[in-house]
Amino acid sequence: METIKFEYPAKQPASGRVLVGVVGSGDLEVLLEPGESGKTRVTVNTSVDGAASQWRALFDRLFATLPNAAAMNLELNDFGATPGVVRMRLEQAMELVKQQAGK
Amino acid sequence: MDKSQNLKSNSFIELNARERARSILDTGSMRELLGPFDRVTSPWLKEQGIVTQADDGLVVAKGTINGQSAVVLGIEGSFQGGSMGEVSGAKMAGALELAAEDNRKGIPTLAVLLLETGGVRLQEANLGLAAIAEIHAAIADLRQYQPVIGVVAGTVGSFGGMSVAGALCSYMVVTREARYGLNGPQVIEQEAGIEEYDSRDKPFIWSLTGGEQRFATGLADRFVQDDVDSMNAVIRELAKAGVPASLRDQRIDEFLALLDSIDTNVQPNSAQVREIFGKGVKA
Repeated sequence: METIKFEYPAKQPASGRVLVGVVGSGDLEVLLEPGESGKTRVTVNTSVDGAASQWRALFDRLFATLPNAAAMNLELNDFGATPGVVRMRLEQAMELVKQQAGK
Repeated sequence: MDKSQNLKSNSFIELNARERARSILDTGSMRELLGPFDRVTSPWLKEQGIVTQADDGLVVAKGTINGQSAVVLGIEGSFQGGSMGEVSGAKMAGALELAAEDNRKGIPTLAVLLLETGGVRLQEANLGLAAIAEIHAAIADLRQYQPVIGVVAGTVGSFGGMSVAGALCSYMVVTREARYGLNGPQVIEQEAGIEEYDSRDKPFIWSLTGGEQRFATGLADRFVQDDVDSMNAVIRELAKAGVPASLRDQRIDEFLALLDSIDTNVQPNSAQVREIFGKGVKA
C-alpha cells in the first residue's frame, strides 16, 4: 500500500461533500469535501505500489481541463482501479456536488 | 422472471450497501450514523498494508419503515468480502443494542440486516470474532421486542459467524442468487476433499446452499426476486407481521433429531435434502 499526496490551485471551496464508489476489486472510493480557498488537496491511498507518476499524470490532465475547479479535499481509497475508472469516479463526484448545490 | 420483466426491474443485488439501505427505508427518511466522513475505520488493515474503506464496510442507516422507527445495517460485500472487523462489528452490535434500548424506552424500533459477508475478517481475528458474539447477543435481545429481519441477496452470500447471526434473526429473506451456510464452499472443499465438494461446480453449490434450497428446506422464511420493489414489499410485510410465534433456534431439538436420522454414508443430493427437511422442520 502507498499513500501519495498532490496539491493543485483552485477557486472557492466546493459547495458540499459527497462519497462515490467502494473499496472493491478494480474500484475505488472517492470522498470529496470542501477545501481551503485557493487549494485542492488530493490524498491517494492505493493498493498498487509504484504508480505515483500515473496518478500525477491523471490529476494534471484532469485539472488542466478544469481551470475554474472549486477547492476540494479529495481522499481516494483505491483497490486497483484503472485510470479510466478513477477518472469516471472523480467526474461522478464533482457532478453530484454540483447537483446537490442546484437543489 | 421472463426477459422483458427482467429488463424493466431494478436489481437489488447491483446496488451497493448504502443504496440498498436507502431503498428499504421510507423515501427521504434515511440518516446515516458513523458515516464515511466520520472516518471511523479499521486501525488494523493499514498496519497490514491493506487499503481501508472510510466506513469500514458497514452502513448504519436510521430511518423509518411503514412510518415506524427502524435501523438498517448494510454490509458492503465488495470491501474485503464483507468481512466483519473490530470497527464494522462494533458498529453493527452497537446499533442493535441502541435499537433494543429504544424499545425499552417505548420507541418500537426494528432492524434489517443486509448480510453479504464471509464472516470474521481474518486480519482482525479475535477482535472480529468478539464483535460477532456481541452481534449475536444483541440480536437475541432486540428480537424480543421487534422483528430483526435478515436479508441475503447475493452475490457474496452469508457465511461463518454471520450465518449464525442470520439463524438468530426473526425472519430470513433470500433470493435465488444468495448462498447461505456455515462454511463457504472453498473451506469445505479444503477440509473434505474435492471428490466430496467441488467449490467450482456452481450448480452443485447453489443446489445445496443457494437461496431457493434454503427456502425449500425451511432455513429461510421468504424467497424473493432480485428486484428493489419486491424486496421492499417483503420487508414491509415482515415488519408489519411483528415478532414471530416461534424462533428457529428455539426448535433446536427438532433439527438435532432430523440430523440424527440422516445416513451420512451417502451424500444426499438437493432433492433428498428437501425430502429430509420436509418431514418435520417446516414451521
